[in-house]
Amino acid sequence: MSAISREDVAHLARLAHIEMSGAELERMTGELDAIVDAIASVSEAAGDDVPATSHPIPLHNVMREDVVGATLTPEQALQNAPDAEDNRFKVPAILDGE
Amino acid sequence: MSEIIKLSATELAKKLRAGEVTAVEAVQAHLDRIAEIDGGDRGLNAFLHVNADEALAVAAEVDEIRAAGGTEAEALHPLAGVPIAIKDLIVTVGQPTTAASKMLEGWMSPYDATVIEKIRAARMPMLGKTNLDEFAMGSSTEHSAYGITRNPWDLGRIPGGSGGGSAAAVAGFEAPLALGTDTGGSIRQPGAVTGTVGVKPTYGGVSRYGAIAMASSLDQIGPVTRTVLDAAYLHELIGGHDPKDSTSLNEPVPALVDAAKQGLTGDLSGVRVGIVKELTGEGYQAGVQERFNESVEVLKAAGAEIVEVSCPNFKYALGAYYLIMPSEVSSNLAKFDGVRYGQRVLPEEGPLTIERVMGATRAAGFGDEVKRRIILGTYALSAGYYDAYYGSAQKVRTLIQRDFDAAFEQADVLVSPTSPNVAFEFGAKSDDPLAMYLNDVATIPANMAGIPGISVPGGLSEGLPVGIQFLAPAREDARLYRVGAALEKLLEDSWGGPLIDQAPELAAATTGGAA
Repeated sequence: MSAISREDVAHLARLAHIEMSGAELERMTGELDAIVDAIASVSEAAGDDVPATSHPIPLHNVMREDVVGATLTPEQALQNAPDAEDNRFKVPAILDGE
Repeated sequence: MSEIIKLSATELAKKLRAGEVTAVEAVQAHLDRIAEIDGGDRGLNAFLHVNADEALAVAAEVDEIRAAGGTEAEALHPLAGVPIAIKDLIVTVGQPTTAASKMLEGWMSPYDATVIEKIRAARMPMLGKTNLDEFAMGSSTEHSAYGITRNPWDLGRIPGGSGGGSAAAVAGFEAPLALGTDTGGSIRQPGAVTGTVGVKPTYGGVSRYGAIAMASSLDQIGPVTRTVLDAAYLHELIGGHDPKDSTSLNEPVPALVDAAKQGLTGDLSGVRVGIVKELTGEGYQAGVQERFNESVEVLKAAGAEIVEVSCPNFKYALGAYYLIMPSEVSSNLAKFDGVRYGQRVLPEEGPLTIERVMGATRAAGFGDEVKRRIILGTYALSAGYYDAYYGSAQKVRTLIQRDFDAAFEQADVLVSPTSPNVAFEFGAKSDDPLAMYLNDVATIPANMAGIPGISVPGGLSEGLPVGIQFLAPAREDARLYRVGAALEKLLEDSWGGPLIDQAPELAAATTGGAA
């Protein structure tokens, strides 16, 4: 039931923000197809009456006191930034052509 | 080999308290061992970073406090001065944290993980950071961006993964203790193939704050040691509620040391041990199955009642895991985009926009296995597939929990081989992701259900260690320590000493110094 196409993988790579060469797309398509094929049976394992589990040990309403705790200084927060200016992270243009 | 490094953490702690060994001597002995066997072409390469200066300074403080005596000396933690190695997925101030990825090369965390705060408070010297599969994704430590780690039992074989560095460091006497993380078996499977002890605590039993998240509903930090009692001491130290981790259980840590000591009496009268039918037989190497059968006989002779249980939905566990885990990976790793931390790589041509910088950064920063899982997770979560894949996998999770619930009505603990095979040779499975994934078939169900598991040495097959896994209901970690310590003691009686004593002596690495 799988059949992941190279176009599918190219689309997923774009969604995931990972640039991929043609050769990489080719290899990844074959590998993903095999993996998805192997795990497809999962979709037939459980009927509609089985509830989903998102969390192994559910906890509800985990709160903390509304007080200021320890926070990073701007210097600490920026110490690993690839680029920074005026206490801010600096990035290239957000929009194309501006 | 120095006698100090052969001691278990518990034995070393006793000698430190008695003043027979100083903490500085203990740290130095391990640093010497690391310098001797970790570097070079045939070295273990268990360490990505060695933290010599800080470790010696912490040890010197402990020695000073002990020498001065008084209340401060009396208040020292039992493990004060005992050195420890840290999986490089756990963030540490003052040492780089890389997750074995090029993406985080040289990254210095501005904060400590909660488990690191506890280790500092106990004044345990940190020897350094250990190798792993990139972002903990793998079962062999071959997916590290900084080279493979070798198995001390056979330098041509994998030490398991993802925590191969921590397991190899402990098996190779480079550290008496280490921390690991276990998302689908990354503490227990390396423990099995290196002849060491590895524990995955109950989900929420140990704070995950400061462990770089892989799959948040599955990840758990836990101890990597050479003895069950050592694991109990370390687990009691790192366990407990942490308000910084909203999945942390707000409950006291169980009495794990007491449970291990009870187990060391070798008496398992009244304990019901369930053999999981689906985790034996087909797919398990004959030598692994033989050691497993012998261990079951040992448990029976110790008074345990052996029952067979069936968990019919385990056959879906691996598939469901490889949908849930990559889905969470694709979300958790979205933050590595070259903006706030980590590498930034500029596209070679075309317009310089943030979107294209992200694409180039993630292309260069992530290895193949990480990319594979991100793409698989993106696929499983995408419109049109969500219900069939991610939704179904979450239902399977419920079925696995129900299987465990039923099994634990018949048995106090469950037992299985930890890994279907002994350590394999480098490259044997690296071209076949699916074959690699099958290494975790026996360890994954515990993560899916949030229950605790332990792997203890169960003997050798063709000269390589076999691991025996015990599983217990959520919050019943103490049962693992009792049964694990009992099996350890009884097997060691039959072997005439710890299994690790049968490992080959490691020659000094031929070239170069420590990593």
